[in-house]
Amino acid sequence: MNKVEISNFNFYYGQTQCLKNISFDITSHQVTSIIGPSGCGKSTFLRCLNRMNDLIPGVRMDGVINIDGQDINAPQLDVVSLRKKIGMVFQKPNPFPKTIFDNVAYGLRINGIKDQDYIDDKVQESLKNAVLWDEVKDRLNSSALALSGGQQQRLCVARALAIAPEIVLMDEPASALDPIATAKLEELIVKLKEKYTIIIVTHNMQQAARISDMTAFFMQGDLVEYKHTKQLFTHPDKKITEDYITGRFG
Amino acid sequence: MKKEKIIEGLFFINGMAVIIVLLGIFALLIINAIPAFKDITLKDFLFGYVWNPEAYTTPSFGILSMVVSTLMVTIGALLIAIPLGIGTAAYLTDVASPKVREIAKPIVEILASIPSVVIGFLGIVLVGPWLAKLTGQSSGLNAINGSILLAVMALPTVISLSEDALGSVPKAYTEASWALGGNKWQTLLMVKIPAAHSGILAACMLGMGRAIGETMTVLMACGNAPAFPHAFTDPVRTMTATVAIELGEVPYNTTHFYALFAVGLVLFVFTFCINLISDLVIHKK
Ligand SMILES: Nc1ncnc2c1ncn2[C@@H]1O[C@H](COP(=O)(O)OP(=O)(O)OP(=O)(O)O)[C@@H](O)[C@H]1O
Ligand SMILES: [Mg+2]
Repeated sequence: MNKVEISNFNFYYGQTQCLKNISFDITSHQVTSIIGPSGCGKSTFLRCLNRMNDLIPGVRMDGVINIDGQDINAPQLDVVSLRKKIGMVFQKPNPFPKTIFDNVAYGLRINGIKDQDYIDDKVQESLKNAVLWDEVKDRLNSSALALSGGQQQRLCVARALAIAPEIVLMDEPASALDPIATAKLEELIVKLKEKYTIIIVTHNMQQAARISDMTAFFMQGDLVEYKHTKQLFTHPDKKITEDYITGRFG
Repeated sequence: MKKEKIIEGLFFINGMAVIIVLLGIFALLIINAIPAFKDITLKDFLFGYVWNPEAYTTPSFGILSMVVSTLMVTIGALLIAIPLGIGTAAYLTDVASPKVREIAKPIVEILASIPSVVIGFLGIVLVGPWLAKLTGQSSGLNAINGSILLAVMALPTVISLSEDALGSVPKAYTEASWALGGNKWQTLLMVKIPAAHSGILAACMLGMGRAIGETMTVLMACGNAPAFPHAFTDPVRTMTATVAIELGEVPYNTTHFYALFAVGLVLFVFTFCINLISDLVIHKK
């Protein structure tokens, strides 16, 4: 079943076109990887899916993105409830200047959940899922800004998971993690796809190959190739894709 | 080499001169305030209700009434200016279109440049009659009037400093909140204001400093009754107003004269503490 359908989507920052006529469908309960060289528009694309680019002045877009069959850019769409069903881990860790606990609990609280026991449980569960619990369980009430970069990244993963979204967008969630934490995060991602649809941006080819079902290769704002991960990595259609994944690129 | 030394020396003298002037003012206050306590006990001065320095038999020098008056007017002003100021700042940073912001910001700044005597004038001819009608009293020159006017005077400070504080909250926090399904309100109240709290607190403290030392406005609009105030609808006489009214007419080197300096000293201690606290708040992080 298609969770996300993108058709003829263009995106511009002012005069510069950043995404060019993108069309592809993302299946639910799968992990979809987005790969491509730096600056090709991966983050921009991801941010279009939960309308994060609304915050940036001077952007323009056309084409259609449907989530659950609904045009997410339709004027009558309630963008807040759209975002509630999409969790996002940003490329740069951005924990709130609050305690570790409050960071994870934030999404629950703004959804009107008051039951403290429930919040406690959810926070613990989310931190465990994000492989951070053991490191922070004794200092849940200290500031999140005192965590290391990799810990902050996992905190942001926990924070996104706490709201039990349907879709999880992850922009290089493992970029600041050591191999052990990365392996655990990958394990989590594979586990999460039972419940969620996951779209992940990564610069790590092996990672994309390990965890994703489908892979999209972007370059300079074009979607060059999109197919099953295995096929893309073993039999890419395009020469340029092959060059990129084998590292002969540029 | 030599030239540099000279320039350095000039700057040093310059800086020293400012410090000396400031210390001089402080010393003058203290030197002139101390003799007052030859005739008044500190307890009577600080906790006495009655300020009647020209009484024929037993003059009284209790400043409690005017301290309470000053606090009432100041706190009243803050109760108005803080919510309004933060609200306006939030509106300007988060809601207003760039066009509205461009028009509104200079207006707020112009508000800061209205002379206090003009504001006091508005208090007498505009706010006073309006309050009198509202409360059914014969005169609207009272503590509320002063609070409203001081709020108007403190607002520009509160607004522009809060706006700076809110504006410097990193966009990444806003994005994080939006991505979790937070609406504008929740983002503002639960993320942006807490993140900017030290700047906002400093804005409020500086607004308070502005209000507590203001003289002309409260002199004109508060009714100046030296009695102990029991309600915001009572006319009040603040410390600043007392000094301004009496210092011009008091004979030099009398207890009364010295006592007015002591009032000034108390006021100075107040504003000094406020500035110190706001400084600590600003530099905490
Ligand atoms: N806010 C912005 N305003 C203008 N241009 C932008 C903005 N954000 C990104 N861009 C430009 O859009 C292009 C795509 O950026 P994007 O962040 O999507 O790349 P990316 O594929 O995520 O790269 P990386 O792998 O380095 O994260 C880049 O050329 C970038 O400079
Ligand atoms: Mg990126």
